[in-house]
Amino acid sequence: MTGVVDPEDRLGSSDPIISGFPVAGPPRFESIGAVRTGLAEVDYLADEGIAGVVFLADRLAKPVLVEGPAGTGKTELAKSVARLTGSRLIRLQCYEGLDESKALYEWNYKKQLLRIQADSGQAWEQLEEDIFAEEFLLARPLLEAIRSPEPVVLLVDEVDRVELETEALLLEILSEYQVSIPELGTVRATQIPLVFLTSNNTRELSEALKRRCLYLHIDYPQLDRERAIIETRVPGISQSLADQVARIVRSIRTLDLKKDPSVSETLDWARTLVVLGVEAIDAEQAKDTLHILLKYQSDIDRAAKELAGVEPPD
Amino acid sequence: MLDLLTGFVAELRAAGIPVSLTEHLDAAEALRHVPMEDREAIKYTLGASLVKSSSHWRAYETAFEIYFSLRGPDYRIDDEVDSSGEPADDEGRLNGAGDRRGQGRGGGTGAGEGMTPEELADLLYKALLSANDAMVSAVARQAVTRYAGMEAGRPVGGTYYLYRTLRNLDLERVLDRLLDQARAATSTLNRRAKQDPEAPETTLTALEERLLRDEYQARIDQLRKEIEDEIRRRLVADRGSEALAKSLRKPLPEDIDVMHATREELVALRKSLQPLSRKLAVRLARKRRHGRKGPLDFRSTVRHSLSTGGVPVDPKFRYPRPSKPEIVVIADISGSVASFARFTLHLVHAISSQFSKVRSFVFIDGIDEVSRFFEGSDDPSDAVHRINTEADVIWVDGHSDYGHALTVFWERWGEEITPRSSVLLLGDARNNYHASQAWVVKELQGRARHVYWLNPEPRAYWNSGDSIVGEYAIHCDEVVECRTLRQLEQFVGELA
Repeated sequence: MTGVVDPEDRLGSSDPIISGFPVAGPPRFESIGAVRTGLAEVDYLADEGIAGVVFLADRLAKPVLVEGPAGTGKTELAKSVARLTGSRLIRLQCYEGLDESKALYEWNYKKQLLRIQADSGQAWEQLEEDIFAEEFLLARPLLEAIRSPEPVVLLVDEVDRVELETEALLLEILSEYQVSIPELGTVRATQIPLVFLTSNNTRELSEALKRRCLYLHIDYPQLDRERAIIETRVPGISQSLADQVARIVRSIRTLDLKKDPSVSETLDWARTLVVLGVEAIDAEQAKDTLHILLKYQSDIDRAAKELAGVEPPD
Repeated sequence: MLDLLTGFVAELRAAGIPVSLTEHLDAAEALRHVPMEDREAIKYTLGASLVKSSSHWRAYETAFEIYFSLRGPDYRIDDEVDSSGEPADDEGRLNGAGDRRGQGRGGGTGAGEGMTPEELADLLYKALLSANDAMVSAVARQAVTRYAGMEAGRPVGGTYYLYRTLRNLDLERVLDRLLDQARAATSTLNRRAKQDPEAPETTLTALEERLLRDEYQARIDQLRKEIEDEIRRRLVADRGSEALAKSLRKPLPEDIDVMHATREELVALRKSLQPLSRKLAVRLARKRRHGRKGPLDFRSTVRHSLSTGGVPVDPKFRYPRPSKPEIVVIADISGSVASFARFTLHLVHAISSQFSKVRSFVFIDGIDEVSRFFEGSDDPSDAVHRINTEADVIWVDGHSDYGHALTVFWERWGEEITPRSSVLLLGDARNNYHASQAWVVKELQGRARHVYWLNPEPRAYWNSGDSIVGEYAIHCDEVVECRTLRQLEQFVGELA
């Protein structure tokens, strides 16, 4: 793959942390252009901004906070980067009520208990040292990403779903790439993972979190890019149909709808049209298949009316 | 470069975007990794490290365009016309200028000075028809040179120049012309296909026409942006970044003064209102569910302690039952404060699940209940629209009369105010010198849990002219200055 440094080279960096500022390992990408072409090879069409931020995230060893409307490819970006760099993708799905024991690590109580019962003749100090060993540690996604010897892309999905207080869990790992375990000490990253956090913007994230990240806002794509995305992602679609789909979707997005059609919905729609064997969309077909694109009845009615050519009431 | 960055960060802060020291450092560090000559890359680099909210992006973009504007003699405001260019092959030369621009923007401004307005309009039309980007930007530059009438050293923002340029280009007509052209083209095509010139003309289907219109509209918007950029570049070259940044600085959406918002700002406000109300609803719902411990339930604790031999090992607490307030909104929707009232109604109803009941009344000099509009629809903006058209709020002359409206309210609905209700009064209390009837507010306060007055005017203007907010204020729990979405959000958040 062009511009992608072989993962083997990265293992050499032994102590990447110096006084608070993490120093990036050997660069994964040569230039912004290389990121862009590389991502295109794994079927992710990045624009200048996306490629630039991914490139910087690697060079500066900083996490990326990705925001934007649902279905514009935020999660897909992390997956594609993982594919591109040949890294393992570790995913932490956030939800309300997520806590330390599910995100960071947990002690394997049952195993500890077994250990204690197995030889009760041992001295207490020895035993205590024993049961708080790595052997009894259950690594959850965040710790796993840190400890992993091979290159990793860490995806913290929908970080806006956790409570404000739980966000603090992430801070240490995001800025220093380390996890402190009281009984064990500090676990440092053997390699700096690429970290992506996605947010659907249902609430403001804390300043502390934002400060540690690079910010990337992914919006609905421009016409040309959307057309290209449709062509790459929908096999067997003709160029003219892709063009028409992209145009109609753009027109629909200019309407004042409750939920604009997202890229993934556009792709679903395009696939449906291909399956139905449609060559060129007319108003009637558009109307019949709109429910794939739009998810509210009032939106569907509105869009159907607009596409049928009723002038908008300005 | 570092000096430039520092100035830039200072400008961002002045525009209201919070940029911390760490972020500033990050930006400086990030700049080391991107090629200096790639302007787009620098824009995204700085954006990623300095701006952490999508609603701030526009303000960032403006500041960036000013501080990292393209400079050079190219963007001088020319007072004397360079008349050496011969009016031959205009299109070719304009194209040339466009291409040169692409390669480092070195070309001169002289090209095309000799064109007549008709020729320029024609070129514009062709450029838009063929979607030729280089040509569009060349035309934009021409148009600015020709129509904007820029004078060096005048301390104005670009809006005036923009207006002059656009007025002369008359883009509405260009759009119509493009569409006509498209229609004509299809009908000729059709006729040719049928080999029968006598066949009835088939026109574009409605769908196709719609798509074409959007396509051309997008191109025209592109042109408009080019023109705006061009004007700004010239202003920067003329007056320097800092002076210009100051006159172009626009408030962030949440800081826009609702009462004096321009039409564009209102659109921006409406857009940010929806995510804002959603966020507020989520936050309030969470607040209600979490973090509230009820008082110790002594009885339950003792009962449970029986299983541990009377030792209260496991204290039990009462479930918190936070009461949801009932909201009564009484809003002035006369011209001066209409948009403010609309935003407030929208916001309150969008989070109505957080209240046990929301009732809304609107008035000018008559008063009408409008809760019914919100109940039927799940889209507050729809309901707000219906209020404007259907509510019966005119009694005599359609000038605000708080006194009469409040009296009628008291007579017809006063009974329904209970100690569980919080009453919100919205308006600037500019009463056109009618009687204030402040006793109604006093009675309301006696009956309701709280009475708040939200005033969209700056505090300094209160009680000046015909504003009598002071007379009502003595009977209210609180009078709040509520000029921006931020203030509104804060108030509503505390209410629930």
